[in-house]
Amino acid sequence: MEAMADDTSPFGAARTLTLPGPLALDGGASLAPLDFAYETYGELNEDKSNAILICHALTLDQFVASAHPLTGKPGWWTRMVGEGKPIDPARHFVICINVLGSCMGSSGPASEAEDGQPYAMRFPVITIRDMVRAQAMLLDRLGIETLAAVIGGSMGGMQVLEWAACYPERVKSAIAIATAARHSAQNIAFHEVGRQAIMADPNWHGGDYYANGDAPTKGLAVARMAAHITYLSEEGLTEKFGRRLQARDSKSFGFDADFQIESYLRHQGISFVDRFDANSYLYITRAMDYFDLAEEHGGLLANAFAGTRTRFCMISFDSDWLYPTAEARIIVRALNAAGAEVSFVELSSPFGHDAFLLDVPELNATVDGFLRAGEGA
Amino acid sequence: MSALRPDLEIIANHVPEGVRVLDIGCGEGDLMAALRDAKRIDARGVELDAAQVATAMARGLSVMQGDADTDLSDYPDAAFDYAILSQTLQTTRAPDRIVEELLRIAPKAFVSFPNFAYWRVRAGLLFGGRMPVTGALPLNWYETENIHHVTIHDFRTLIRDKGIAVEKAWYLSGNRQRSAAAANLMADQAVFLLGR
Repeated sequence: MEAMADDTSPFGAARTLTLPGPLALDGGASLAPLDFAYETYGELNEDKSNAILICHALTLDQFVASAHPLTGKPGWWTRMVGEGKPIDPARHFVICINVLGSCMGSSGPASEAEDGQPYAMRFPVITIRDMVRAQAMLLDRLGIETLAAVIGGSMGGMQVLEWAACYPERVKSAIAIATAARHSAQNIAFHEVGRQAIMADPNWHGGDYYANGDAPTKGLAVARMAAHITYLSEEGLTEKFGRRLQARDSKSFGFDADFQIESYLRHQGISFVDRFDANSYLYITRAMDYFDLAEEHGGLLANAFAGTRTRFCMISFDSDWLYPTAEARIIVRALNAAGAEVSFVELSSPFGHDAFLLDVPELNATVDGFLRAGEGA
Repeated sequence: MSALRPDLEIIANHVPEGVRVLDIGCGEGDLMAALRDAKRIDARGVELDAAQVATAMARGLSVMQGDADTDLSDYPDAAFDYAILSQTLQTTRAPDRIVEELLRIAPKAFVSFPNFAYWRVRAGLLFGGRMPVTGALPLNWYETENIHHVTIHDFRTLIRDKGIAVEKAWYLSGNRQRSAAAANLMADQAVFLLGR
């Protein structure tokens, strides 16, 4: 989205950096060295007070506002980030880091281990907190001490909460959208369906498929199809597809994709495998399932935010049944109990969980107002 | 800044500078914005209507979507210096409990409400035989959110029974202030400053 900085600069589009580590992980293992792939937009101001960290969701990546290198599609949050948008490179220094465990350049199961072979399932199981600690390690290296804001939706929102809990003095404002402070049984259940689909694919080979040239794409596609349903609302599905048939006048009395919704889901599954690694899907869904911010703080969520001076903005969507408003209210209640400054709104949208990525004008107005109020203070 | 509603104007004029304020039923945050601009008060708001919450947040105010009847219990004791409940008491399911909650959350509370004993209201019922529609009660019976109509006398009784002190009270008809003695008949709304 802007002229590429020279390749030795740590700032700009498509940056990579390797840090020696080690990073001690919640699971007991440690990771070293650590690869980071990230993008930055805009310039860090003189007193380094305009940095905004964007935390991405499960299968998203650092390509917030620039074209995806594999799909060629525009950045995933150009509605929120860009000229004249709530997060504006003319005003903010924006950074988004591919999460630990992912597959777009940061360390993950597809990365090389010490023996020169991919880690595959030898990669340690990671947590949301591990992802956040890794991000903090990179920001330390980049000389970014405090963040004007940390913002993210879905798993990105979990990282936002974890950032505020782990590094309260570094986070001025926290914006968590369509998220929860813990994964529910239903959340875990859907993820387990996805993982079992991947592991049941004969091409998975216990995770050692990188040398074969045949990845467990069928399993990964099914995982994506199941997950994708959870990102949409029933209302949205009905409106968009209903029972309409796909390019035919009548039912085939067979098992082709007769219905438009079947065709759509198959397309979602098939196109997903071109840009995502099956093992990364296993690791990151595991990290989300393990997430329970209260558990990390003696079972009381308010303790995670005790004494915080961070400003919080919580946003949920009325049609999101993956991370429903009730989950946001649990967080808001804990923030109130901790005496934190918190704003909360449930926005109306027909798009289900995916609303945070889609056109919801009130979302932009809310984020813009919240960010500007923090900058004025 | 456009002119504040008369009851909000009174409240805004009597909240000291720099205190902690919770505005329950804050709407789009008119009072909060006035307090921020005029008195450097970082007020927090609670509002039931999502669209109004979003508007207030877009103005840079700290507002939570919530219900006065159920969500005040989330706030710790004495978390604020002042709690404000403007034109909201009569819409709640349990106004008596809410008054207690206000004074748990803050040592002082402003409460404003439309007076159901105002003469035009009485006249509407007495002569018209219909639920009154007035300036302070502008909506028809089937569309109003007011479920617990209250008079100034009723409110004074509730406050006395609960052992709550009235530190100050203002009685309005339109923009004009009325005396306490004539208030129950002559004022279309009242503002009370309560304390323990």
